[in-house]
Amino acid sequence: MSRRVLGPFNRVEGDLEVQVEIEDGVVAEAWVNSPLFRGFEQILQGKDPRDAMVYTPRICGICSVSQSVAAATALAQAQGLEATSNGQLATNLILAAENMADHLSHFYLFFMPDFARECYQQHSWYADTHARFAAQTGSSAPEMLRARAELLHITGILAGKWPHSLSIQPGGTTRAIESQERIRLLMIVSNFGAFLESKLFGGALEAVAELQSEADLSAWISRYPDCDFSRFLKIAERLELQRLGCSKPIFMSYGAYQYGASHLFKRGIWNQTFQQLDTALITEDITHSWMRAQTEPRHPFDGSTIPYYDEDSNAYSWCKAPRFDGQVVEVGALARQVINGHPLIKSLVKTGGGNVRNRVIARLLELALLVPEMKQWCRELKPKQPFCSHAAVPAAAQGIGLVEAARGSLGHWLRIRNGNILNYQIIAPTTWNFSPRDQRNVPGVLEQALLGTPVGKDGSDSVAIQHVVRSFDPCMVCTVH
Amino acid sequence: MSDSMFNVLWLQSGGCGGCSMSLLNAESPDLYSTFKQAGINMLWHPSLSEKSNAEFIELLQQIIDDEIRLDALCLEGSVMRGPNGTGGFHILAGTAKPMMEWLKVLSTKARHVMAIGSCAAFGGITAAGNNLVEACGLQYEGDKPGGLLEPDWRSAAGMPVINVSGCPTHPNWVTETIIQLALEDFTVDDMDDLQRPRSYTDHLVHHGCPRNEFYEFKASAEKPSDLGCMMENLGCLGTQAHADCNTRLWNGSGSCVRGGYPCIKCTSPDFEEPGHSFFETPKVAGIPVGLPIDMPKAWFVALASLAKAATPQRLKDNAVIDHIKDRMPL
Repeated sequence: MSRRVLGPFNRVEGDLEVQVEIEDGVVAEAWVNSPLFRGFEQILQGKDPRDAMVYTPRICGICSVSQSVAAATALAQAQGLEATSNGQLATNLILAAENMADHLSHFYLFFMPDFARECYQQHSWYADTHARFAAQTGSSAPEMLRARAELLHITGILAGKWPHSLSIQPGGTTRAIESQERIRLLMIVSNFGAFLESKLFGGALEAVAELQSEADLSAWISRYPDCDFSRFLKIAERLELQRLGCSKPIFMSYGAYQYGASHLFKRGIWNQTFQQLDTALITEDITHSWMRAQTEPRHPFDGSTIPYYDEDSNAYSWCKAPRFDGQVVEVGALARQVINGHPLIKSLVKTGGGNVRNRVIARLLELALLVPEMKQWCRELKPKQPFCSHAAVPAAAQGIGLVEAARGSLGHWLRIRNGNILNYQIIAPTTWNFSPRDQRNVPGVLEQALLGTPVGKDGSDSVAIQHVVRSFDPCMVCTVH
Repeated sequence: MSDSMFNVLWLQSGGCGGCSMSLLNAESPDLYSTFKQAGINMLWHPSLSEKSNAEFIELLQQIIDDEIRLDALCLEGSVMRGPNGTGGFHILAGTAKPMMEWLKVLSTKARHVMAIGSCAAFGGITAAGNNLVEACGLQYEGDKPGGLLEPDWRSAAGMPVINVSGCPTHPNWVTETIIQLALEDFTVDDMDDLQRPRSYTDHLVHHGCPRNEFYEFKASAEKPSDLGCMMENLGCLGTQAHADCNTRLWNGSGSCVRGGYPCIKCTSPDFEEPGHSFFETPKVAGIPVGLPIDMPKAWFVALASLAKAATPQRLKDNAVIDHIKDRMPL
């Protein structure tokens, strides 16, 4: 048995190192390390709470809007402020644009190019896959980049720019739009939908949304064999991607796209059945992190982030180990859609739990689900009505901001004293999925999902390990921040 | 292929990856078509390349061994020197070696070295607060020359580090500068005193600001989302910020002020620590402390009071609401 260090993994956001032990041709043990620490929690201490709107989006260039929404929500709660309905709709449109751009980038730029690698040359599907998805040279890349850039014109209209906008504020958004701009938004969303139908799915988005079972997926391949979704499904079948990166964890979603008091994709926990989420049960454990000043797991309101590198300790990552009620939980589109009760995802999870194939299907499904919702949000925007409400920042208060980024649940916990930030703790999606071991030595989601990965003659160089890692679309800059 | 093309290696350190994400927003043509048409060969980019793990480390070694020519080394994100100068806050995965050390070696191999974004140029957001992680730029620490590399350091082509600052960078600031380098159409004269490309820093964010009429009449916004000029109350630094955001535009038709929020001068060193809230304008005796670039204070004060006396009611009303209330008289 040999321990190998793998990294840097690219086509993930940020820096990732994985150590694996291989035994009898499979991964027997894994350790995930985030090798970059920047210290946002320290930067935020003592700042004017409003300034979190400048700093927190810059935690991450790929989930920048998610960070803005989490910060604005936490501040709004502290201020006792309710966002205007226009503000909520505009925020949802901006957030959906970012999340859809992420889903698209993940599929076309990060995940699929691994199937265009030389190691698959002997497969019948290789030539077509290589022509379509090879990194930087595949035919899909310029098409996808154009569609992505045009989709993000939504942010040009509603948010000034992407990433790192300040348009999302606790009371709504700073950019009211006129009715002709609402039409432009509708046209952008519609045209993006047309791209999805012609290139990604081959068929109607409504039909994608109505898929219910594995049999429906097989029928889709036969009916639309030349679309990118079917290309993926065929490869998934041949390589049995449903047997790779398996997890049978508890799933969590903070609820996505809030409007009024409810969410488009609902909040909750999935542990064989649906349960309400009690955020008081969230803790962070630092027993395997290069951190100090905490002897037991703490709720983020009472948490601290004080880096301390010690070679001789059990620690192996800058990442903390978040747990829900002491348990490891998986977050992401798959979690979101199982909790929201989508029939296809529920059926896939029932038979296969979390796995490489299911995670990717859930993300693509969300693209199909979001387009009609975005059109509806555009129609509901009311020009000439306020987009932003206002309130002072209290001298002492606290707030929680929960949001779903493309890759899963993001939370901000803010405490204000004397009008300034006393404590600000952030738990990002990949902090959940790529957490190190906890005090009971229980590995995190990826560390468990890697176990049993067959590596064949390539050993730790096996691309199978990369498929598992990338199926989570890790965002390492968020993870440790 | 890489012999006739312009070879670029893109690395990330203490940053958010936002400049790369912004780069993907390139349009007319898209990023890959731009590179293809300009003969740019991306040897490796963290988000885009096939090579991972050992294959990538081998590529770095080939560059160090002069087997592959490196025309431009791009760094996105700050140089991480902490803790205690060891660089341990960013170990390049799979190498057990601080990224800082890799950068020192690779910068000696590159014809040009580019700092992409304000983090890589000056330290940026990562250097905010008490800068626990000892973040700095490639050749600057804030506005002081000298970062990882000494002030008099020059690349193989005889150039200092090219600071394509911004948080994030506009995709065209990056692509156009790389292409100018590839065409050998970029010299020290094309850089300003902070080594930023003058192509965008010879302008102010104020140029092309759609709130110009509110500015001229000092009809000021009072709260986020108001349509008025954001300089007097909301901390807008557009009249002092070197960038062409309102003439070049972002994501089709946007810019910060067009998005309804203040310019925070993100192309400048130390923008991350303004010394007051980003959303408030510090004032002395009611007059903003930071005045437009090269405008005499007395002149500004006189002009402002004159303008205020003449402000049309339409602008006074529209300045403090988030949609146009008073229609334009014929």
